[in-house]
Amino acid sequence: MPAVTETRETVEKLAKSSYEWGFETDIEMDIAPKGLSEETVRLISERKGEPQWMLEWRLKAFRAWLQMEEPGWAHIHHPPIDYQDAHYFAQPKKKPGPKSLDEVDPELLKTYAKLGIPLHEQALLAGVEGAEEQRLPVAVDAVFDSVSVATTFRKTLAEAGVIFCPISDAIREYPELVRKYLGTVVPIVDNFFAALNSAVFTDGSFVYIPEGVRCPMELSTYFRINARNTGQFERTLIIAEDRATVSYLEGCTAPQRDENQLHAAVVELIAMEDASIKYSTVQNWYPGDDEGRGGIYNFVTKRGICRGARSKISWTQVETGSAITWKYPSCVLAGEGSVGEFYSVAVTNNHQQADTGTKMIHLAPNTRSTIIAKTISAGHSDSTYRGLVRMQPKARNARNFTQCDSLLIGDQCGAHTVPYIESRNMTARVEHEATTSKISEDQLFYCRSRGLSEEDAVGLIVNGFCREVLKELPMEFAVEAQKLLQISLEGSVG
Amino acid sequence: MSDFLKIQGLQARIDADGTPKDILKGLDLEVPKGEVHVIMGPNGSGKSTLSYVLAGRDDYEVTGGSATFKGQDLLALEPEERAALGLFLAFQSPVELPGVNNANFLRTAVNAVRRARGEAELDAVAFLKAVRAETKHLSMSDDMLKRAVNVGFSGGEKKRNEVLQMRLLQPSFAILDETDSGLDIDALRIVAEGVNSLRSPDFSALVITHHQRLLDYIVPDRVHVMAHGRIIHSGGPDIAKTLEKQGYTQFLEAAA
Repeated sequence: MPAVTETRETVEKLAKSSYEWGFETDIEMDIAPKGLSEETVRLISERKGEPQWMLEWRLKAFRAWLQMEEPGWAHIHHPPIDYQDAHYFAQPKKKPGPKSLDEVDPELLKTYAKLGIPLHEQALLAGVEGAEEQRLPVAVDAVFDSVSVATTFRKTLAEAGVIFCPISDAIREYPELVRKYLGTVVPIVDNFFAALNSAVFTDGSFVYIPEGVRCPMELSTYFRINARNTGQFERTLIIAEDRATVSYLEGCTAPQRDENQLHAAVVELIAMEDASIKYSTVQNWYPGDDEGRGGIYNFVTKRGICRGARSKISWTQVETGSAITWKYPSCVLAGEGSVGEFYSVAVTNNHQQADTGTKMIHLAPNTRSTIIAKTISAGHSDSTYRGLVRMQPKARNARNFTQCDSLLIGDQCGAHTVPYIESRNMTARVEHEATTSKISEDQLFYCRSRGLSEEDAVGLIVNGFCREVLKELPMEFAVEAQKLLQISLEGSVG
Repeated sequence: MSDFLKIQGLQARIDADGTPKDILKGLDLEVPKGEVHVIMGPNGSGKSTLSYVLAGRDDYEVTGGSATFKGQDLLALEPEERAALGLFLAFQSPVELPGVNNANFLRTAVNAVRRARGEAELDAVAFLKAVRAETKHLSMSDDMLKRAVNVGFSGGEKKRNEVLQMRLLQPSFAILDETDSGLDIDALRIVAEGVNSLRSPDFSALVITHHQRLLDYIVPDRVHVMAHGRIIHSGGPDIAKTLEKQGYTQFLEAAA
């Protein structure tokens, strides 16, 4: 039997294997009633102890959202979403901000353990007070459902002048900073989902790196949806002042459930002169069962602006989860000589749908952008790369290089590449390369004749295909991502 | 003679654009333990098919006969099980694996085989030590370990990489398919030296070629002439000399 046939069968087999991280933690929750109205927005703001200006900002977003329509241009299909049939606020009943692990709910710790993610931060979390010196420089702001219940390293970071905290804390403690930057990269009316997020976001991270500071550690957040039927509306805001440098890691898994869950996050990055922000994501939300039922709907708006000259924003993402992924981490290159990068691996299997890519908006002269997008489709899944490169009239000598590669496993899946290129400057240069390939029987046979199982062979070939992107990830994330790719395609063969 | 590799009446076909085409038509062959055999034959006689069928490639359908290796039904095993059992196929055209680091590939393969054989896996340090010893032996640069498997390798480098894999995987039976590489003397020499360096009472090899020149570098225990999907003549190394002078005609006529 040809290897490709077997491959397809195993892909189908994979669908039967259940989601490894599909479990629910039983922690007492404080849940707002279902539905979305001004009431809900007011309740969220009140529960968060927010100042008046924040409430007004939310209400403005909510009223704008009411006038907006869900976008329909993406290559995705789903039944209509009933926005009234969801909870918009869920908070574990715990006192906020435990100082030591003893104060953290043991159930929560068990959840961390089950996640199996590079939570050597587990041990790390366990020694919040004393272990600070000898361990890896990773700081975790764990977002457990909508509320951050454990934040580590704030002390060390504070010494460097770095602010890394839940955004709700930032709204209370650094209102002038939040007010100055929130919504400046992704305006509240930017799009339907961004408006929704602006109205009801419940948590997320806030990062502020002062002038000239190289953040002493990787900043890391693990997201996890844990309450039945709770939409997740994270809001993250990262600001790097002149000559500041930061690397931020975001990763997530989600427990198994029946209802489709809406996840509409907004991430805003702001890089000043000579600043550099690296934002890495490993996304593994529950993708749904083998019929595609019950997975997460992931509608995310991520955008960064290189405000200052020679600043740099780099997005790296490994997307293996969610039933639907709608996500275009983008860079606005406003500073002269600024640099935007987008490295992406998107894996879809079974009935997953992904419409993802980036936008590189070149406003200033000598700006450069690089897009490397790797798409892997298996099963009955459908994956689209959608990318915009826009050279504005002032973008003299701007350059873009785009490479989109698609890898197909089996013959039931689809891969699409939709590049939009708009150049309004004669001196700008835009390059686009695209390939589509299948894992060949020659490659599989070659590996197997060397003793590798078909599954290991596919894993090896897929990881090789994604290498250019994976090598952009911080070390501990790269290992996790490789594992995740293997798991995502597990059973996709023999 | 103890049963090592034993092929009896082997028939195999391939699907050629929807029409099945018989390639192996009742092939008999035995390679005893510790011996090196050479198969020669004109183009299209089924030599490469034989190597693929023995290594377990999917595209070929075995329609009759048997092949046993160390007493096991070889044809019932998956390719990776055959590798674990000690079979190794050196490819005529080694396959490129873009982005797959060669050292990582070698280590994955070595440990897969070691695991299947019940041996302890090699950690990164032990593996590096083993592989360094081999690359030195083969006068390969370390650079080849860092590159993607076979990507951008010259013909000679690809052959060296195949021999490197062979030496690391320590097969007891190696098939070397050199059907089309006869014109590249360097490649031929590398392969021949690889085989010669492994020669021992516990190692056998089947070298497939249609160029007599290979026998300048390897002295086989037996030479088989293959045509029309069967072995039509077997004998000592001196057969090659006859071939060199008279070509395949004599054997083809005798078999007809």
